[in-house]
Amino acid sequence: MNQYLPLLGIVIVILGFALRLNPMLVVPVAALATGLLAGMDVVEVVSKLGKAFNDSRIIAIPWIVLPVIGLLERYGLQQRARVVISGFRAATAGRLLILYLLYRQMISAIGLHSTAGHPQTVRPLVAPMAVAAAETRGALDEETSDKVKAYAAATDNVGLFFGEDIFFAIGSIVLIQQTLEAYRIQLSPLELAVWAIPTAIAAFLIHSTRLLLLDRSLGRARRP
Amino acid sequence: MITIQWVFFLVGAMFAAWAVLSAFDLTNSKRFGNAAFWALVALSLLAGTWLGDLANGCLVLGLAALASLNLIGRSKPATGEEERAAAGALHGNRLFLPILIVLVTAVAGTLLYLYTPLHQTGLFQANRETFVLLCLGVLLALAVIFVWLKPPPLAPLQEGRRLIDAVGWAAVLPMMLAALGLVLAETGVGRTIGELVLAVIPEGSVLPAVIAYGLGMALLTILTGNAFAAFPVMATAIGVPLLIQGYHGDPAVVGAVGMLAGFCGTLMTPMAANFNLVPSALLELKDPNGVIKAQIGTAIPLLAVNIALIYFLAF
Repeated sequence: MNQYLPLLGIVIVILGFALRLNPMLVVPVAALATGLLAGMDVVEVVSKLGKAFNDSRIIAIPWIVLPVIGLLERYGLQQRARVVISGFRAATAGRLLILYLLYRQMISAIGLHSTAGHPQTVRPLVAPMAVAAAETRGALDEETSDKVKAYAAATDNVGLFFGEDIFFAIGSIVLIQQTLEAYRIQLSPLELAVWAIPTAIAAFLIHSTRLLLLDRSLGRARRP
Repeated sequence: MITIQWVFFLVGAMFAAWAVLSAFDLTNSKRFGNAAFWALVALSLLAGTWLGDLANGCLVLGLAALASLNLIGRSKPATGEEERAAAGALHGNRLFLPILIVLVTAVAGTLLYLYTPLHQTGLFQANRETFVLLCLGVLLALAVIFVWLKPPPLAPLQEGRRLIDAVGWAAVLPMMLAALGLVLAETGVGRTIGELVLAVIPEGSVLPAVIAYGLGMALLTILTGNAFAAFPVMATAIGVPLLIQGYHGDPAVVGAVGMLAGFCGTLMTPMAANFNLVPSALLELKDPNGVIKAQIGTAIPLLAVNIALIYFLAF
């Protein structure tokens, strides 16, 4: 029975998110509870939290672009992005995001996944352009414009997740290789990476279809 | 050699400047909370390498306390919508140039460095080239903006602070979740869940095992927020003993597509804060789960495709 006790940590997380408590409270409490229930002492758990946090600092690096983005926004970047897009009559939010999906999958597949992302490309360019493309056919209410922005962020994620594994030197490929090596299954990174291609194509087709459906729903919402 | 530590120093200095500017921001009633929060982030980036695990852990608890006691507020933008539209019309498409400088420096710089003899110089730490070049691109872009638009000296930091305040504590939640992930992994929680999944599969047929493997990857990723944490667990519980050794599935397909089934889970969970909650904050969406809602319709069919791919390609 003892091995099931630390599962309480997962229960705390699920409850915390379900009750919409502040995740910055829920997550450390869940981590402390899990560690303590598994028999660690407080110092040990806190040390582990510290080590893992410290080891993942690389996640904070893309914030370095914020001064550039913020400064350009002060000089009207988002507004300019909208003006540019409204000049293309054929542009729709969906078609624009399909182009971005393709770009995101391709740069991720050649190992350049950290050159784009939510701070780097979505906030300054992709989201305002998608909203502008949707607005060429009439103004959007806030809820609809939020929906278009959410699709812009979603498109970045889909492109990243289902592009990066085609690149053989990515962390997840290394992890698969090392996990299987423990069972004496020898695979080269390239042998693994090719099997990411069918899913990448499926992801492009499924998400593109949904983006075209988004265009249709935007058109319908405006018709009386 | 330029290592990732240089990058941490630069990003840390930026957060330190945000902490100082926050403390003097009279428009924000919670200015000292913001100052303390960004100062702790700066401390982690600048000194985390030398602080030791326990001190880093106390730093994490400090961040958690400031955020969960609701001591962090937001600063106000210096310019309004109309001023910005007018400035945008004035400066035209050249406004895209600095962003292009950042992206091209990172993309072209990485390619140039990796695929020419340049990498033999060992100028950048291996596998960290793009991060260094991203920073270099930012510095170049700022230099161009200063020469061209002559903003007030503190403007880049103040405008950057406006954006990071909009993101707020969500900026460090991904690192917090990474910490939780480690504790879950070390206490064997993943293994226990893997055993529970294994217990419900009927013996002797391939398809239920494949479905359990694919769904298990997605489910465990939803719970832990990280497919990297889920993969070793599901590989050990089902992937290797049943699919590869038992039914002689192709290990390359089971491994690669199994991981991608996990990524479908990443699209559906607030636990993957970096991908799902942070952009909601950064784009200032009303609904923090807006991005997840936009992704579920892609994630579920794609998960089914991945399970089918394993079934048809590996066997």
